This record gives sequence, C-alpha cells and structure tokens, in this order.
Amino acid sequence: MDCHPDWVCTSTIIVKYLCDAYTNLREQQTGTISYVGRRLLLIIPVILGVTLVTFVISFVTVPNPVRAWAGPRATPGAIAALSARYHLHDPIYMQYYWYTVNLVTGNWGLVPSSGREVLSDIALFFPATLELAFTSLLIVILIGIPLGFLAATYRGRMPDHLIRFFYLGAYCSPPFFVALLMILIFGYTLRIFPTQGELSASLNFPAHITGMVIIDSLLTQNWPDFTDAVWHIVLPATSLSMLYFGIITRVTRASLLEILEKDFIRAAFAKGLGKRTVLLKHGLRNAMIPTVTILGVLLGGLLSGSVVIETIFQWPGIGLYLERSILSFDFPSIVGVAVLITLGVVTANLVADILYALIDPRIKV
Amino acid sequence: MTENILQVKNLVKYFPVSHSILARVMRRTALQVHAVDDVSLTIAKNETLGLVGESGSGKTTFGRTVLMLERRTSGTITFQDQTISEMKGDELRAFRKKMQIVFQDPYSSLDPRTRVNDIIAEPLRAFGTRKDAEKETVKRVATAVNLPIDGLSRFPHEFSGGQRQRIAIARAMVLEPQFIVLDEPTSALDSSVQAQILNLLRKMQEQLGLTYLLITHNVGVVRYMANRMTVMYCGKLVEMGSTREVLEQPLHPYTVALISSIPQPDPTKRVKTMPVTGEVPSAVNPPRGCRFNPRCRHVQDKCRVIEPALREILPGHWAACHFAEEFISMDLPPQSQKSSSPPSKTLPRAG
Repeated sequence: MDCHPDWVCTSTIIVKYLCDAYTNLREQQTGTISYVGRRLLLIIPVILGVTLVTFVISFVTVPNPVRAWAGPRATPGAIAALSARYHLHDPIYMQYYWYTVNLVTGNWGLVPSSGREVLSDIALFFPATLELAFTSLLIVILIGIPLGFLAATYRGRMPDHLIRFFYLGAYCSPPFFVALLMILIFGYTLRIFPTQGELSASLNFPAHITGMVIIDSLLTQNWPDFTDAVWHIVLPATSLSMLYFGIITRVTRASLLEILEKDFIRAAFAKGLGKRTVLLKHGLRNAMIPTVTILGVLLGGLLSGSVVIETIFQWPGIGLYLERSILSFDFPSIVGVAVLITLGVVTANLVADILYALIDPRIKV
Repeated sequence: MTENILQVKNLVKYFPVSHSILARVMRRTALQVHAVDDVSLTIAKNETLGLVGESGSGKTTFGRTVLMLERRTSGTITFQDQTISEMKGDELRAFRKKMQIVFQDPYSSLDPRTRVNDIIAEPLRAFGTRKDAEKETVKRVATAVNLPIDGLSRFPHEFSGGQRQRIAIARAMVLEPQFIVLDEPTSALDSSVQAQILNLLRKMQEQLGLTYLLITHNVGVVRYMANRMTVMYCGKLVEMGSTREVLEQPLHPYTVALISSIPQPDPTKRVKTMPVTGEVPSAVNPPRGCRFNPRCRHVQDKCRVIEPALREILPGHWAACHFAEEFISMDLPPQSQKSSSPPSKTLPRAG
C-alpha cells in the first residue's frame, strides 16, 4: 500500500488552519463580515460532502468504472491510459483524494465520444444557461413580485382573483406544455418571437467575452446582435419562469397580507403617511424578506438548467448538453454536469443565507 | 361649559363575513359582524374616558373607527367641532396631527425593519418638518418618555416590552396631538412595567393637557386612570358615568359582574364573586332584545323582546337596562374600599 505522508500532513495543517479561522471569526461576534466569512468557510465541508456523493456515484456504484469513464468503444490502450489518469487501481480513499484534486484542478474527465475535456465543454455551454437563468429571474422579479403586491392590496377583488388564477395555472402547467403553447401562439401564429436558438442563423456571434450573447453584444456595442439575442431569449425565459410565478407571487402575496394585518401598518396610517408610502415602505419591505430568500434558493434551481426547455427551444445550455450526453452515453459529461448543478445549488443557497442575514435586522448576525 | 373634543353619534361598524360564492348566492343576505352597533358618546377636553369591555365587545374596533383608521358603516364623528367622518385624503390627514393612537402589542406595532429614531421621526417627516427641528423634537420626546437617546439607532427587537411601548408612546406624542386613543396600552406588559407606563401617561396628560380614550378590559386600570368610564358589551354601550359612581353604584348587571371580578388584595375586604354564566354571544347574530339577556341573572320576559335604550338613571349616570332603577336600592357588593390604587394626583377635571 502506498503511504503518502505528505498529503496527510498537508491536509491536517489545512484543516486545522480553517478550523482556527472559523473559531476566530466566531469570536469576533460583530457584524456581517464575520457572518459572511463563517458562511464561506462552512461551504468547504459542504462541498466536500457533495464531492463525496458524486465520487460514490462516479466510481463506486458503477459496476465497471473503467468502462464507464472510457466509453463503450474504447481501445485497451485508451483504457490503460485512463486508468492511470484517474488512478483507478489505487485504494478507494486514494481514488477519492485524486478525484477531489482533479476536480479542483479542472480535470473533470474526457468525453469519450469527442475526446474533449468535459470542463471545456461545460464552459462552452454554461454561459447560455446562466443567461437564461438570470433573465428568468429578472422576469420573475419584475413581474411576479408586483403582481403579488397587487393581489395583496386588492385582496378579494377582481385583480386578486385574476392574478391568483394566473399564477395557479402557471404553476400547475407542465413547463414543456407552456413552452409548446407559447411557441404555437407567439412563434407560429403571431410570428412575434423567434423560437429556436440564441441568435438568428444569419448573424455572427459577437466577440467572446463572457460567453453570454446578450452581455457580449452589449459590451461590444453590436446592436443588431443585441436586439436579435434579446428577441430570442423572450420565449424560453418566459416559459422557464412560468413555474416560478406560482411560487414567488404567492409567497409575496401571502407574506404581504400577513404584514398588512400588523399593528405597525395601522400605526403608519395613524401617523399620517399616505397609502402608497405605507404599503411600499412598511409593507413590501418587510414582506420581501421571505421572498428574497426563496428567490435565492430558486436561483439554484434555475441554474441547473432545464433539459426540457432548452431542448424544445434548442437553447445551447447545459440542459441541452446533458440531453445529448445521455443520448450518446457519455458518462463523464453526465457526471460533470451533475457536479456543476450541485455546486450551483450550494452557491445559490449560500447567497440566499447571506442575503437573509443582510436584509432582516432581526437575525442575530 | 365643558368643551367637547370628541362627539360620536350613532356610530355603526359592521364587518362583512366572507363566504364562498355559492353560500352567498343561496343565502341572499350577507352576514355581518356587528362590531359596533349604534354607539354615541362625548369626550370632554382633558378628560380620560375609560372604555371597558371583554374581548370581542367591539371596543378596539370602536377606538380605531373613531380615529378613521377603519371605514365606518354609518354614524358621525365630530372632532373639535368639525365633522371628520365624511373626510378623506389630505383633508383627513391634516387631522392626524391632532389625534393619535397607541396600540396594545408592543411587539407588532413597531416596524421591525426601521430603526427606532426613524420610527419616532416618521410622523414629522410625513408633515414636512426640517431636519434639524426633527432631530431636536425626537430627542425631546425620547427624553420625555425616558428612553436612552444614544440607543435610538437600534432596531425595535433590541428593546424590552416596556421600552417598546414607550417608543410607541413617543411616536404618538411627537406630533403634539390633543387626543390619544390608548388601546390596551398595558395588557401585553408585566405588572411592574404596567405601573410605570400608566404613570408616564398620566404625567404627560398633565403636562400637555391631553385627552385620552382609554380602552381596556382591566377595570383596575380604569379605576386608576379614568375620571369617566363606560362599559361596552357586544357592540353596545350598557353603562356610562363617572368612574367613582359606576364602580360604587353599578346600574347594569354586566357591570356588576365585571366589578365583582376585580381582585382585591385585602382578604377582609374580599367579596363573593358573582360569576356570569353562559357564553359570549355571537357578534354575527346578536340576541334579540337586550344583548345580555342570555347571561343575566335578573332576566325577565321583557328583556328578551325589547332592547333597552341607554337612558339617564341618575344625574350623569346612564344605563341600558329596563330595571336599572331597581339596582339603585339593591344590596350589591360594596366597592368603596379601593385599597390597591396608589396615591393619585387628581387630574384636572373639566366642568
């Protein structure tokens, strides 16, 4: 058995250092910085746990890991090379060590069918998903929250009924159904929005700065590309956000209704404040607290892309990439996307935690 | 002649009970909660009127409707000889400076996301005070209610219950109103803190010449604070008069029951309680005739059919009971021994 005293010592030193840092931050007891710092440090054990799970899925539960990682059509030479690369003949704990090192250094595996690095494939496809996720988030925030606000202020009257009908319908409809419906109405019948891809075939992609077409074309002031890309993103983003309207609008409405029953709202009216000031400043600001945290968690869900939506609209994001990988039995790609999604969800939860502490002064930070 | 700061005539406030559409269609008439049913009273300047009643009697709704924080169903409210019940918008907002309210629950009556100095300063900002004058006023008001000035930039949850209620009082006082509705100001506080708050309120009333409508279910508080009191039951007033007279000589069976339930610390002076039997009536479907008749021990047939009007039985002492005169001579539990009330300075009485 190979002993590696070096990495044992190094790991112990690193762990000890991190624990000390955590305790120091905790003892500071003041302010948001220590809270954020502690949250960030806590990410590390979470990610280690995540990698353990993905490792088990990738190497332990698979009956023949070599075959899975090399692909169904690999030559013996390729198999031998890959075994060495992934250290598949080492004891299991060593495999885990090398696995985490590989993850951190960017060695996420080779795609059997194309021979490319998984990470470069993901880097190619991820920006489109990011773009779609943020646009959906923007739609949900800009439309969903005001709708929830309106539904609460006009409670029991027609606007409330209409809005509730809308978000309940949106929430219960399967995303693919909504997507196809929108394509049918807006794409084919009314011909307002394009239905496929990120950019029209006739245009060239803008210079690759971030990978997100809208941002890149904005930065390079490429206006034809910009308008075209915006037009293209409308249908996919709206279909994706339909589901989230049901959650965000409903939560905003419910928490605003609860807040409006409280005495401090009446007190605000008694002070002589106008209706709009009271509703927005005292009502909505307090009602936003649960909404924002849910938004943070939902962002994790949005970042994991939607295989269905991206496939229907042929949107070049990781959902589409995942679909293709599954169809071509590319095991490393599938695992790579799974790791990415998990990291995305963990990050989104971290952001939600931090936001929650920042905006609610009652949370002891 | 006493100057009346507030006059309420035949105030009615009903809340609709929401049913499913089907039930409403089938029933044809919508059900209403009769929270306040034809209440009339006047409050003179510098006076404290105690409004007593059990939970669900409509007293909190009355307090809020009088300040136009709830829309009234019918009736008139006259404040300083001006009818405010018809007013809306900016016209009504001008009156907010003169009439204020302190709420019962110090934990939900302050915006948890606003700092305390902003909470107190907000009424000033709503009416356009200059920044330096604003800071001055906030400091002055905070010292008047014994709040630590350097701690004002904190959030409400960092203060204790008594301090939070003092913040609420400071907020009510900052616009220098003339009339304040105190909606159970001490019910959510410990007894030691209650005394502090009540004394503070009395001190401010003396210093600033305020008029209070004190809403409470605690007769002891009314005895300590109010010079006149009125008893409310199921949306209607059943007795009204000076505090001393109502407590010594109650003319309505409900008042008698309320008074007999006041705890007396001196065992030699304790009296047998006269418990009220029966259940609180539903405000949606109040009993016919006198609303107290299902629980009254002196009930007669007339009570179940005809609703008694509030009439003046003795000078300045009103009661809504068909047989109120008989209570004058009845042998009721003696109430003149008020051993638990601390020495009180007499409030300036009008008239």
